Amino acid sequence: MKERVFGKRMPRTSDERLLRGRGMYVDDVPVRGALEVVFVRSPHAHARITEIDLEEARATPGVHAVYGAGDLGAFDRPLPLLFPHPDLVEPRTQNPIASDEVHYAGQIVAMIVAEDRYVAEDARERVRLELDPLPVVVDVDAALEDGADQVHSDMEGNVSGHIVQQVGDPDAAFRDAHLVLRHRYILERSAAMPMETRGMVAEWDPRGEELMLWNATQVVHPLRSGLAQFFDIPESRIRITAPDTGGGFGVKGFFMYPEEVLVPWAARELRRPVKWIEDRVEHFTASHHERTQIHDVEIAVTEDGVVTALRDEFLVDTGAFVPYGLELGRITAGQIGGAYRIPNIHVGFRGVYTNTVVCTPYRGAGRPHMCFVTERALDDVARALGIDQFEVRRRNFVGDDEFPYRRDGLVTADGFTVIMDSGAYFTQMSMLEEALDMPALREAQAASRETTKLLGVGLACYVESTGGGPYEGAHVIVEPDTGTVRVTTGFTDQGQSHSTTLAQVAAERLGADLASVQVELGDTAKFRWGIGTYASRGAVHGASAVDRAAGTVRDKALRLAANMLEVSPADLEVEDGRISVKGSPGTSVTLGQVAKAAKPDRYGFDNDLAALAALGPAVPRESSDEGPLLHSDEEPGLEATGFFSPQNSTWASGVHAAVIELDTETGAVRFVRYVVVHDCGIVINPLVVDGQVIGGIAQGVGGSFYERLAYDAQGQIQNASLMDFLIPYATEVPEVELHHLETPSPLNPLGVKGAGEGGAIPVPAVAAAAIDDALSAFGVAVRRMPLDPEELMDLAAASGAHSDKGDR
Amino acid sequence: MKPAPFEYHAPETAVEAASLLQEAGGDGKVLAGGQSLLPLMNLRLARPSVLVDLGRVQGLDGTLANGGIRIGSMVRHGHVQRSHEIQSRVPMLTEAMRHVGHPAIRNRGTLGGSLAHADPAAEAPLVAVALGAELVALGAGGTRTIPADEFFQGPFMTALADDELLTEILFPEAPASAGWGFREVARAHGDFALVAVAAVVSVEDGRLRDARIAVAGAADRPTRIAAAEQALEGAAWDAAARSDVEQIVRDALSPAGDSHASAEYRKSVAGVLAARALDDATKATGSTA
Amino acid sequence: MTDLTGDEVTELTLTVNGERFTREVPVRRLLSDFLRHDLGLTGTHVGCEHGVCGCCTVRVDGTAVRSCLMLAVQAEAADVVTIEGLSKEGEPLHPVQQAFQDAHGLQCGFCTPGFVLAVCGVLEDDSRTELLGDDEIREAISGNLCRCTGYQHIVEAVRIADAKMRPGAAAPESRA
Repeated sequence: MKERVFGKRMPRTSDERLLRGRGMYVDDVPVRGALEVVFVRSPHAHARITEIDLEEARATPGVHAVYGAGDLGAFDRPLPLLFPHPDLVEPRTQNPIASDEVHYAGQIVAMIVAEDRYVAEDARERVRLELDPLPVVVDVDAALEDGADQVHSDMEGNVSGHIVQQVGDPDAAFRDAHLVLRHRYILERSAAMPMETRGMVAEWDPRGEELMLWNATQVVHPLRSGLAQFFDIPESRIRITAPDTGGGFGVKGFFMYPEEVLVPWAARELRRPVKWIEDRVEHFTASHHERTQIHDVEIAVTEDGVVTALRDEFLVDTGAFVPYGLELGRITAGQIGGAYRIPNIHVGFRGVYTNTVVCTPYRGAGRPHMCFVTERALDDVARALGIDQFEVRRRNFVGDDEFPYRRDGLVTADGFTVIMDSGAYFTQMSMLEEALDMPALREAQAASRETTKLLGVGLACYVESTGGGPYEGAHVIVEPDTGTVRVTTGFTDQGQSHSTTLAQVAAERLGADLASVQVELGDTAKFRWGIGTYASRGAVHGASAVDRAAGTVRDKALRLAANMLEVSPADLEVEDGRISVKGSPGTSVTLGQVAKAAKPDRYGFDNDLAALAALGPAVPRESSDEGPLLHSDEEPGLEATGFFSPQNSTWASGVHAAVIELDTETGAVRFVRYVVVHDCGIVINPLVVDGQVIGGIAQGVGGSFYERLAYDAQGQIQNASLMDFLIPYATEVPEVELHHLETPSPLNPLGVKGAGEGGAIPVPAVAAAAIDDALSAFGVAVRRMPLDPEELMDLAAASGAHSDKGDR
Repeated sequence: MKPAPFEYHAPETAVEAASLLQEAGGDGKVLAGGQSLLPLMNLRLARPSVLVDLGRVQGLDGTLANGGIRIGSMVRHGHVQRSHEIQSRVPMLTEAMRHVGHPAIRNRGTLGGSLAHADPAAEAPLVAVALGAELVALGAGGTRTIPADEFFQGPFMTALADDELLTEILFPEAPASAGWGFREVARAHGDFALVAVAAVVSVEDGRLRDARIAVAGAADRPTRIAAAEQALEGAAWDAAARSDVEQIVRDALSPAGDSHASAEYRKSVAGVLAARALDDATKATGSTA
Repeated sequence: MTDLTGDEVTELTLTVNGERFTREVPVRRLLSDFLRHDLGLTGTHVGCEHGVCGCCTVRVDGTAVRSCLMLAVQAEAADVVTIEGLSKEGEPLHPVQQAFQDAHGLQCGFCTPGFVLAVCGVLEDDSRTELLGDDEIREAISGNLCRCTGYQHIVEAVRIADAKMRPGAAAPESRA
């Protein structure tokens, strides 16, 4: 029996091109004669534009056009609100180019199109912009005060909406509580920061009727819909393709950025291909951020440390506009309670405008926050009641036999009732505890307390709704000429290895040789329907769709082969691309031959005469339903399209632990160990999942100790370069010890759950817990992340751990 | 992020370079390794109208050992780090190079460029001050030698005149009895130092002699802490001396805070690192103090 | 010489991937732009243009450098190797490239050419008799950012390539 390819730890099938430097990222797309765009952006966070003079810029040699809002005509209108909600009462989105008031530093005020980027940047320096500064709102708490300055002068206050949900009877539970803890938990602003910035090239056909857009985006189809509406042309006149894309992590999953309208618009105006490649410093204010949330939490517990109720009212800093509605807060709210029973819940949040860059999902998308809240609150309970950090979790876990576990009254961002489909949290925790060897760690910790470098062990569990809706589709065809199995789907790849994992799924279902499978992604012209790659949904939706389509192709192949071999389909088996009669392997046809038979041409284009003769009309018969020709009921082509739309979210989970060494005299931290037990259901390719998890952890490490987008009171980012905003290098990221647990999801044919974001979600909670634990003898509690060396040293100093022990 | 236009020269001699700088008046800028200048030019934070590239100037990339060592200004950080000749004479400089950026940056960045750039948090200027290096400048008017203590005059400000370029750096021979220590705290490996300390000390008969302690990242330039050096003269390196040094170093500094770290943090960590660097330095002497 | 836009232009001659080129370039043109847009060698990627990310790493006269922090004119007479020159199309991958494939050392692939060239520079240093330890590997790749992998599989790739390129070398003490 041939070894299965599904579930196997196998290297990717598509790397060679990238390794040889033959990738084609958006800046590599060879479009002749493309002009280059540079945007002029507001230097002020909030101001009225009193004058903008573009004439000198227009006169710069090599400049083709300079546009202000006034040049846009009908395109000078607000960009769409993607997720309306009845409780989003004050939605605001921006126009492609600001004309009157600017609401954040970085907002576009003009667009320059020139021969090349050097010239365009020269011209940018010749734009004269006069702004009348308005009061700036940056701090979320301050934005809510009575009489606070206004982010949008046409609105009362700065709250865009307030959404409240309730499970059980929290008020009663708080009345009856043995103990109620109240704490504030905060995660701060950060950004996805893929190594490739955003960028696009737009080209219209000579009549200006059909748009070709190469765009480093995670979502080609939704963007097509949006542009069709904005340009008022049929979707069929727009082709969007995502070429090789250098990472996304959510920031390329937002669509209808102003540039996505302006670049195609300018290309149509100028009848020339137009290209915009965002530069890195520009990326800090042109591309969206995420993360700032402030949670005011109350937690009700019994004397045994069983949590009976959780009340969380939180604030989401949405930035200056809400094109994504209140989705981030809704995602956060849907994760409340985590891996724990917690029968009574109140969760509400308000979206708060600030004069900052818009916030939309970044890997984890609202989930790290709720993990941080829930896990830190559990640790606060443990501390208050003197219970061990493992034990307090066990007293509250949803039992391994309690799935599906419902939270009626709470919905996911997709509007589904929260029903955690499967999991095994007790098992997960036991696996972690065994891997950690706590007795040895406690001994090492005790020894560390004789020095200035203290060890701490922290852990956090997380659950994660993955595979957000609504659907993906896939087309699978066995090509008659080459026998290649071509899988085409609408969603995109930014490094997630879909080409390999989808090929594994197709090969397994079809019985094809893995090497014969080729995968195409992210091109609206190649697959008409799709949503995109975000929310850890590629495997859940996409792989399930491929599985369905491949299953249909397999069924058809068996029917056709049965006809060709004059046996019943039930007597056939498929392996390595060959369909043979069970027990009689000599009697067989290949998938490629069946594909030829499924293509009822009259012509022979190759010299495999024997094979052709078997397929051809040489044998006399009464009807085409006899013998090898395509049955009259069958459509031509060995191909099928499949779609998959899950009934509800699948819930992935995991538990992470870190051992961290903290230098109490300098605030320097070092990861000594990082251990993970990860459950994303059935694993298609463990090597790929490892890569996803470890990569997510590295981002979480960044978000714990290095990456904080720091705004000053004037709405200026203080660290808008990679020199100042530190992404961890290999020297900052720990070696991860990774253990897989597989609890299948009952909600899709493959039993898979999403794997893309889980790695990033718990890390700030884990790191905070480890710092707590390092300073546990001193009663420190970390309730805010990230922490930089100075803050860490201050914690140590405040705790009294910063003593005069030598540095040994 | 593309540089603004400029006029480019690639002279083949240092004298020619100096005269090009003189012609440019204050608008000229020397391009050495470019690892600090080019980022600033790409960001258009620096926009010299004349760029004088030293890449083709002969004779600036050698070393000459004679007790101490003379290192040409265009010797790359990577070469400094890998050179056994340099390591055997100025091991502290070798160690400091580990903290300068990252491998590809060190392959291109030059010792002279780093010194002339005079970032107050940079490692090479700190070592130059700690070890009492002398910097040789060539200008239109000739050559002069500037002690490191006088060379650095403020953040990104040096004693170099507009028409001068660095040609070589002289590190004196260290006494056989001396040990050294170099400690740095950065937000991440290879990042600019938040604070760094370089210390040299000799031990004679269990007593500390001739200590030199310099701090980077805690003042507008790399700074010797004379009060601490004096306090250590003749002292034993014990817990009391250690805690005294920490305090003296802290008190001697009045750094500016910035978005990366406050003044208080820099002072505090400077004290800690000074003590640790002296731990290393005394240990390295092989004598017990 | 100046071009239409007032830029000073000069003639540049250099060798790239074994081939000699002479081109007119504006003096302010970055080496990264010259390689990508003038020579069409788009395997060199540009991620930050201020010398932090390492995506644009190429080898100039044998050492790994940031091509965004060099003017093209500074490469006069230099020997430049880009990712396209490491192994020719149709030939087997260079051992470092192969190791990245085997260890799943790349995801989106954008940082990969920079990593591969930086690693080649380290592994080709003949003065070593021991294999690199993990800390040394992490230090060696510490000038290159990767946002996808968390580096672990890259470290593994370097370990594999090191062993392949240095047969018979002793294991480092840290892992012995």
